[in-house]
Amino acid sequence: MMIRKEIIALLLAGGQGSRLGVLTKRIAKPAVLFGGKYRIIDFSLSNCINSGIDTVGVLTQYQPLKLNSHIGIGKPWDMDRMNGGLTILSPYLKGEIGEWYLGTANAVYQNIDYINKISPKYVIILSGDHVYKMNYSLMLDFHKEKGAEATISVIDVPIEEAPRYGIMNTDDKGRIYEFEEKPEHPKSTLASMGVYIFTWEVLRDYLIEDNGNPDSDHDFGKNIIPEMLRDGRSMWAYKFTGYWRDVGTIQAYWESNMDLTKTVPKLNLFDPAWRIYTPNPVKPPHYIAPCGNVKRSVIAEGCMIYGRVRNSVIFPGVYIEEGSVIEDSIVMSNSRICADSHLNKCIIGEHVVVGKNVRIGTGENIPNELKPGMYNSGITVVGEDAKIPDGTEIGRNVVIDIGAGPEDFLSQTVPSGKSIVKGGKCQ
Amino acid sequence: MKNTIGIILTGGKKRELKEMTIKRASAAIPVGGKYRAIDFVLSSMVNSGITKVGVITQYNLRSLMDHLGSGKEWDLDRRHGGLYIFPPSLSGDDTGWYRGTAHAMYSNLTFLKRSDEDYVIIASGDCIYNMLFDDVLKYHIEKNADITIIYKEMEGLSQKELSRFGILEVDNDERIIDFQEKPLHPASTKCSMGIYIISRKMLMSILEDCAAHGYYDFVMDVIIKRLRTLRIYGYKFSGYWRSINSIEAYYKCNMELLQPEIREELFLQGDRKIFTKVRSEVPAKYNEEAEVRNSLVADGCIIEGFVENSVLFRGVTVGKNTIIRDSIIMQDAVIEDNVELNCVILDKNVRITKGKTLKGEKSWPVIVGKRIVV
Repeated sequence: MMIRKEIIALLLAGGQGSRLGVLTKRIAKPAVLFGGKYRIIDFSLSNCINSGIDTVGVLTQYQPLKLNSHIGIGKPWDMDRMNGGLTILSPYLKGEIGEWYLGTANAVYQNIDYINKISPKYVIILSGDHVYKMNYSLMLDFHKEKGAEATISVIDVPIEEAPRYGIMNTDDKGRIYEFEEKPEHPKSTLASMGVYIFTWEVLRDYLIEDNGNPDSDHDFGKNIIPEMLRDGRSMWAYKFTGYWRDVGTIQAYWESNMDLTKTVPKLNLFDPAWRIYTPNPVKPPHYIAPCGNVKRSVIAEGCMIYGRVRNSVIFPGVYIEEGSVIEDSIVMSNSRICADSHLNKCIIGEHVVVGKNVRIGTGENIPNELKPGMYNSGITVVGEDAKIPDGTEIGRNVVIDIGAGPEDFLSQTVPSGKSIVKGGKCQ
Repeated sequence: MKNTIGIILTGGKKRELKEMTIKRASAAIPVGGKYRAIDFVLSSMVNSGITKVGVITQYNLRSLMDHLGSGKEWDLDRRHGGLYIFPPSLSGDDTGWYRGTAHAMYSNLTFLKRSDEDYVIIASGDCIYNMLFDDVLKYHIEKNADITIIYKEMEGLSQKELSRFGILEVDNDERIIDFQEKPLHPASTKCSMGIYIISRKMLMSILEDCAAHGYYDFVMDVIIKRLRTLRIYGYKFSGYWRSINSIEAYYKCNMELLQPEIREELFLQGDRKIFTKVRSEVPAKYNEEAEVRNSLVADGCIIEGFVENSVLFRGVTVGKNTIIRDSIIMQDAVIEDNVELNCVILDKNVRITKGKTLKGEKSWPVIVGKRIVV
């Protein structure tokens, strides 16, 4: 016998997050490391379990290896259950045909069987791309109270930023009468957070209908929501007022990590009533040596700090040797910063070795020549497994490819805006 | 070591550990910023490939049971084998309480009877080390020994410290010719590590024999009485090993973990990890005023003060202008602003209010018991 679930969650974790460049070259955006220990998807998963939702389907598609091994059977979130729990839903072959998820709505459509079997009254659609703490059960209460068929969680954004979001136009009670995707002249500042609650029976019909429409993009924002609005369905905006970040760009990613180093961060991860869960690395507490010094920073377990760390987020197992100075930077798991290196405003991927006496983040703020739209805020990014030779000087907005080694560095200086490509030549 | 089962003896109240074991068995004593003593033997067994471990527990077993749970963290939550916990229980003529280590094992003879592994490794739960037992078993078989006892040369210890151990002497072949339990005048520096390998069948027959004769203690009644009749061998271990058998030893061991070589040996030996119960804590946060040197800091700490030569467990808060030196601060302690702590051991959930000063000596640290507000 199964206890019937009132609500289940579908977590869309298939996106690449292409604006994160080298950070998402090998992993999906939800698997990107965040905050000294977590991966971005941990926030949505922890929100689920903290909200009492214990049945979650995670839809993966893009580079799922790391994501799958991170999630496993959902142990860290207490979702390794006999009844419900966590299920990874990847695209699969159906008889003769097999297809990828064509869009967010199509991804859910392809898993109708999974949802039907559980047969919940409501479904909550989430994306694994955002950093926030939210109690979905309050949103469900709102959904029921309004007698809604769809509830969309919205957050107030500054009017000048509104054109980047999907904007909900509502009446004074909060009922949505119009939805505009990235409007040039927004009529309101209520941006969709990509969190939707639907009454399942209603949504199911729309998914089936949408799937039959060859002109559709099969997307919630572009197709399902507008279609439901056209039919005059009861759709409501639920206002969320806490911390919420779409860490979709290098700058936004860096900034929200830096937020955590503030004396009182806007996002409180220490709240015992709303813990963020993640698989714990098996490592001893971190060690600060007599010559080490740390201020305004977040340091995870297993680190060994012999250098100076300021305004930085250091992930588990990082070794920072004597004489090194790390400022305004993010250093991911198991990297090593050798002696006397100075790092400023950079993101260092996992398993990177920065040689001795290296300088990163010097010189002028010139946008990256190959990808000026992506690397332009002065942040230099070093992809995972890269090895930076001793004595190298690296400027700003530089990107160093995953796995790049000494053979890829043709000179000791990499000026601002340049890129180092693995197996290619220094351009 | 698929062919071996583990038995961990978690011991009783230790007078030498004072307040620290009022509410917990010595095996449950917190060590090294996030561990409990039993993690080391349990992880060593698991890393040696042992998948069936019985933990014999009697004294203040709640904190220990809470820590071990279903054995998840050690991958011992298994359908076959896994973790077994043996608290004392009433049955038949038995009065319940274990009267000694041999009696405790005899009371759980069924565990041994129902197993089909050939060997048993018996170890105490309150020692700090990281070793693989594979070589010991090989040695045990090679020597054709009945019992193999792992020992360590503890040259640096004083007579007083040595007198807290089982002291043994071996002949040229490493056969044990003398064993004295906690002697007043130790004849050698060879300390028994309290780890024994024995075949399961022999252990069962010895335990049955002990029960029939009214003997209860494994060391006193089995080892010491049978040095002539059984082939009892010593296996010398040369790695890092400490027994948490006094406050002095406890304090010293925690401080030794600040040395990189020792930490490396215990925690960073490739796949031989030390597992412990996880708490989903946030990485530690250092604020503007933080000044930390030569210290171990676990997840969940928030630091705004000065910390030197100390071990901070999970979730400790250190206030502004506070100075902590040569101290061990356990889980969730709150140390407010303008406090000075010197050679202090704070047990779990202690709060030190503003402006207080506590000072001990390295040889005699001040201990503040659980949940005390100073």
